[in-house]
Amino acid sequence: MLRASSSSQALLRAGSRLPKTPRTTKPRTQRSLATVADTPVRRYGGLRDQDRIFTNAYCRHDHGIKGAMSRGDWHRTKDILLKGDSWIIQSIKDSGLRGRGGAGFPSGLKWSFMNKPGWEKDPRPRYLVINADEGEPGTCKDREILRGDPHKLVEGCLVAGRAMNATAAYIYIRGEFYQEASHVQQAINEAYAAGFLGKDACGSGYSFDVYVHRGAGAYICGEETALIESIEGKQGKPRLKPPFPADVGLFGCPTTVANVETVAVAPTICRRGASWFAGFGRDRNQGTKLFCISGHVNNPCVVEEEMSIPLKDLIEKHCGGVRGGWDNLLGIIPGGSSVPVIPKDVCAEVLMDYDSLKDAQSGLGTGAVIVMDKSTDIVAAIARFSQFYKHESCGQCTPCREGTTWMMNMMNRMVEGRGHQREIDMLLELTKQVEGRTICALGDAAAWPIQGLMRHFRPEVENRIAQFRAQHGAVGFGGHLASAADDTLAIPDNLGLRLPEPTAQA
Amino acid sequence: MLSRLSRTTVARTIVRKRFISATPASRSDALFVHRDTPYNNPKIAFEFNPENLKRAKEIISHYPPQYKKAAVIPLLDLGQRQNKGWTSISVMNYVANLLEMPPMRVYEVATFYTMFNREPIGQHFVQVCTTTPCMLQGSTDILNTVCEHLGGIKPGQTTSDGKFTVIEVECQGACSNAPMLVVGDDFYEDLTPQSTKKILDALKKGEKPKPGPQSSRQTSENSAGLTALTSKPYGPGEFCQPEFQ
Repeated sequence: MLRASSSSQALLRAGSRLPKTPRTTKPRTQRSLATVADTPVRRYGGLRDQDRIFTNAYCRHDHGIKGAMSRGDWHRTKDILLKGDSWIIQSIKDSGLRGRGGAGFPSGLKWSFMNKPGWEKDPRPRYLVINADEGEPGTCKDREILRGDPHKLVEGCLVAGRAMNATAAYIYIRGEFYQEASHVQQAINEAYAAGFLGKDACGSGYSFDVYVHRGAGAYICGEETALIESIEGKQGKPRLKPPFPADVGLFGCPTTVANVETVAVAPTICRRGASWFAGFGRDRNQGTKLFCISGHVNNPCVVEEEMSIPLKDLIEKHCGGVRGGWDNLLGIIPGGSSVPVIPKDVCAEVLMDYDSLKDAQSGLGTGAVIVMDKSTDIVAAIARFSQFYKHESCGQCTPCREGTTWMMNMMNRMVEGRGHQREIDMLLELTKQVEGRTICALGDAAAWPIQGLMRHFRPEVENRIAQFRAQHGAVGFGGHLASAADDTLAIPDNLGLRLPEPTAQA
Repeated sequence: MLSRLSRTTVARTIVRKRFISATPASRSDALFVHRDTPYNNPKIAFEFNPENLKRAKEIISHYPPQYKKAAVIPLLDLGQRQNKGWTSISVMNYVANLLEMPPMRVYEVATFYTMFNREPIGQHFVQVCTTTPCMLQGSTDILNTVCEHLGGIKPGQTTSDGKFTVIEVECQGACSNAPMLVVGDDFYEDLTPQSTKKILDALKKGEKPKPGPQSSRQTSENSAGLTALTSKPYGPGEFCQPEFQ
């Protein structure tokens, strides 16, 4: 834009130097090229309270049924149910809602997979499973829904369940959320007592049950098929797909797994209209979203904002800015532990939505923003993630089981710089070997933070290696010190002990 | 030759005391093998008390009758609560019997999920989160404070009076309120070393400190004043489409 305007100015100046031609009295009907106006740039963010869906996210009001109804929950739910499955699915499709659990799959489309032609002839029960196993480091948004607005979730279960003609919903809450699970259980009990659930839910003639199932501490159960396995009372090990859960899922029946936030916004979208929801955010990234900001900001918080809000605005408006000012920023992990880190200059421009962050070689994930200022030991921070993934790998696929341990060991050495320069590329190759070679995405999730670190902070790692080498002498592959090697023995060449070290570039 | 090389480098960090008859140290988080001990063997009887049995029946009714075993995780949790916070082999066997499933399937579940303690724990189970978001906010200090304040124990150990067990845990999902620790089922958030000591002292005295953020915050709002949800929440039907007003 800037360039365009300066060149048009130059054109004007050039025009003024031309010899003046006598003006014709005939009005000009042709438009000149220079009058094309740019469309005004839309700034995202600045969501008003009246457009926020989770009005009790901070638990300032009553989370019980009385308070929830006074905030508009369960308002004419019967009419939504009577509109029928295709109307609800069409509303969700029109609203542009994408799954809020991390993958960002269009929700309306996903729900419609349950209603394949001829589904009525299938005698099996059908299930909706709510994924409230919030375990991704940095993510704490579902917790606020579970404890502040549990009725939104329960009503969402009913509406989403109606859309996919489900018979029952299981809400899988991570075991650590005891308080939150009791709020949801209370909400379910109140809803049953008020006749909103059970046989003839809300008086619509539709029968629907909702149950709470508490997990027992396994991050992997956040994966949809692992979650299904876990509800079935087995180890949470992901299943091979296909068959997809929409065909064979929980207890062998058609099942859809959806995130808490996705389901909890559905009734409000139906009531306020798809176009209202679609009015927020950029095209294909519409809606509002709960963002949870943690790390080195002045006031970490969870806040519902418009999609596509610039990352910088989000931090400065709602979190009081980065600790020590924006210039003190080192990097941000914009979507929870499994997306790559982005450096400061990218942070200044990126918008918080699926496409913009994907273009920045990262991802929106769950909307968990982890801010790191210049005091952070970024290598140690990422190494801690590797430790997390090593701990949480279920052990089913070999590349992930062995790879996460290996990556953790290498990253722990990188923290102090005990390694060879060539090992950075070996580590990257290792991440590529794990990525995409496992049943579920945990292998990918373990690989991406390391790839992000090396993409943007490789000089930092190289410096550490050079420093360690300067102090302790040559280091071979695997962190073996040349000084500790026994020269009386024949040592193979491939340990990298005698390799010349490339000088670290300044 | 190679093994010799690695051995010399390893020796710098780990004091090696290995005898011919000894097995290598287990590198897993906890031993996955059960060995009968005086406090944990199948001969110790375990049964749900009547109240828990009623609850168990209710939980089982949530699942299809042919899939009774779906209740294994909630029932093990119930058993763990009744059995002073840990899941003994008797608890697992009892649950297997109740759900009519092979005991091995229950052992598999109990070893897979981290919330089942297969060794006795202290009265207060202190779990300090040390994953990156907490680590950035100083959870290492919190962990050190807890360990020092409880008489210099290490993560994974129990104090000699059997009152506290401390462990390091992975992300507990309260990252905007980091650093945090969990005692039993209660989250204590926004910690500083001082407030951590206060919590531990209160627990030592037998009191129950107030769970939640230990700062001036209520939940996870901006601590410098609300930036969202400042006005009165809208009521039923407001801003809705005409047909839903």
